[in-house]
Amino acid sequence: MNAPMDMRMRIEAAAARYPDQRSAIMPALYIAQKERGVLTGEVLEEVADILGVERIWVYELATFYTLYHTEQVGRFHLQLCNNLSCMLRGAEELQAHMEQVLGIEKGGTTGDGLFTLSTVECLGACEMAPVMQVGDDYHGNLDAARIDELLTALRNTGRVGDD
Amino acid sequence: MTEAVLLKNVGIADSQRLSVYETTGGYSALAKVLKEYTPEETIEIVKDSGLRGRGGAGFPTGLKWSFVPKGAEKPKYLCCNADEGEPGTFKDRIIMEEDPHLLIEGMAICAYAIGAETAYVYVRGEYVKAIRILEAAISEAREQGYLGRRIMGSDFSFDVHIHEGAGAYICGEETAMLESLQGRRAQPKLKPPFPAVAGLYESPTVINNVETLACVPAIIERGAYWFRGIGPEKSPGPKLYCLSGHLRKPGLYELPMGIPLRELVDDYGGGPPEGHRIKAVIPGGVSAPLIPESGLDVGMDFDSLAAAGSMLGSAGVIVIDDRTCIVKVATRIIEFFHHESCGKCTPCREGLDWVVKILRRIEAGEGAPNDLDQLEGLCSGIFGNTFCALGDGAAMGLRASLEHFRDEFVTHIDEGRCPFH
Repeated sequence: MNAPMDMRMRIEAAAARYPDQRSAIMPALYIAQKERGVLTGEVLEEVADILGVERIWVYELATFYTLYHTEQVGRFHLQLCNNLSCMLRGAEELQAHMEQVLGIEKGGTTGDGLFTLSTVECLGACEMAPVMQVGDDYHGNLDAARIDELLTALRNTGRVGDD
Repeated sequence: MTEAVLLKNVGIADSQRLSVYETTGGYSALAKVLKEYTPEETIEIVKDSGLRGRGGAGFPTGLKWSFVPKGAEKPKYLCCNADEGEPGTFKDRIIMEEDPHLLIEGMAICAYAIGAETAYVYVRGEYVKAIRILEAAISEAREQGYLGRRIMGSDFSFDVHIHEGAGAYICGEETAMLESLQGRRAQPKLKPPFPAVAGLYESPTVINNVETLACVPAIIERGAYWFRGIGPEKSPGPKLYCLSGHLRKPGLYELPMGIPLRELVDDYGGGPPEGHRIKAVIPGGVSAPLIPESGLDVGMDFDSLAAAGSMLGSAGVIVIDDRTCIVKVATRIIEFFHHESCGKCTPCREGLDWVVKILRRIEAGEGAPNDLDQLEGLCSGIFGNTFCALGDGAAMGLRASLEHFRDEFVTHIDEGRCPFH
């Protein structure tokens, strides 16, 4: 199967950082995920073929590490930290609030495909607990009002003004 | 207020830029080792400084470096552990986001000392901002000749690559990290062989935490004796403390090793919110057993906390006030460990599954009279019987909760409800 040239080139460039192709599977999976959105079986085979590694090596990483998505997530992936420091500062209430506002439960995606709500373990930003990661960005010191603003901004403009 | 060493550039405009780093003395320690010290002398200085690993284990850094065999049959590697996943910890993120060149300089000095030409920084995948900033800093350092071939006219060549983690707490364990770097599932391996002998690609490898490496430039510049003069004799140096939870001023604080925990949370963290009292503090990330309020006069260093039945760990200090149910805290912590168990060994994988079930039913008011004995039995089955420290951390933390707050567990079971709801 022919991968688009830029994906192949980016994976090969990543592989050049390591003496062993197998080490490049993790960066390759990120590149493929960005390119294709979701790591289907077909995409995983493409990655294996580009790197010339065993397919099982690619599958076993895609299914072990939580940041690789083998199933479709919404356009905005709301990842609310629910570890201790965030829990102590109200993460559970925020989860309940978002579930109510979005009409989904944790793990679900809104009908319009816009939002997926997940809870995640410590994001390493406990000084601004409670914290949520949306896409690449962290949003801290959250309360229900800030969550509402954030969801509105994402819905209307596809982005958030501050982080 | 003590002088900032690790956070000295934080808050300066454009502190991530090489030109700013240079104006505060950046890369002069690297220049100094390349000009004045042999690799062996560099290791001796770090040994003399008494620096101990800031990732949590507290192993003497210079000694670790000295274990790398001399000679050049195989390439040697440096891996920087930037997987920072211990709940309550955010110090390495802030170093990378605010002062990435401090880490790069520390890595370059370490690499020179151990004879490595390549380093991988294993950064957790969630730290997108830190990764971008570190990538830009590595490019700048290459352009200015602080990384690359024959650095500053010496014979030393060295380069740094970032390896992005993908959401697995266990990668903070060094053998798991090396597995992950080699494109495998992150499952810990038995030691020996130790990484210093056979690590990444079966080559001699040093693995150091971000904060550990960030201490190195100041040690070179100001000397081992200066460093040893800060904090307790056996656990010296400046230290980053991550304060979170029920505090008025959560944040990252740089203070000497050994500062009393009470002073840290009251004077620096601002104490608990108005009208509340501290109930317990976890001093070193959730792997560290909690300390009840009566024990807060302990010093924040490796030895004092170990003697008090806890540990410094990652210095992720989580404060819990009197509104909080300890059963709930214990449940959430064990759920975390259960979720992050890599599944390799039975005591951790299966044991934590049982512990979670029992804790959840106690918190829900459905606990049985013999549940506490069951929990203690499970802790004994897990502790000391797992490949890595994940299971130990889970068991030690739960034991401390059961020891110091047994009444709360008993009340849940006796009354058939959580008294905090």
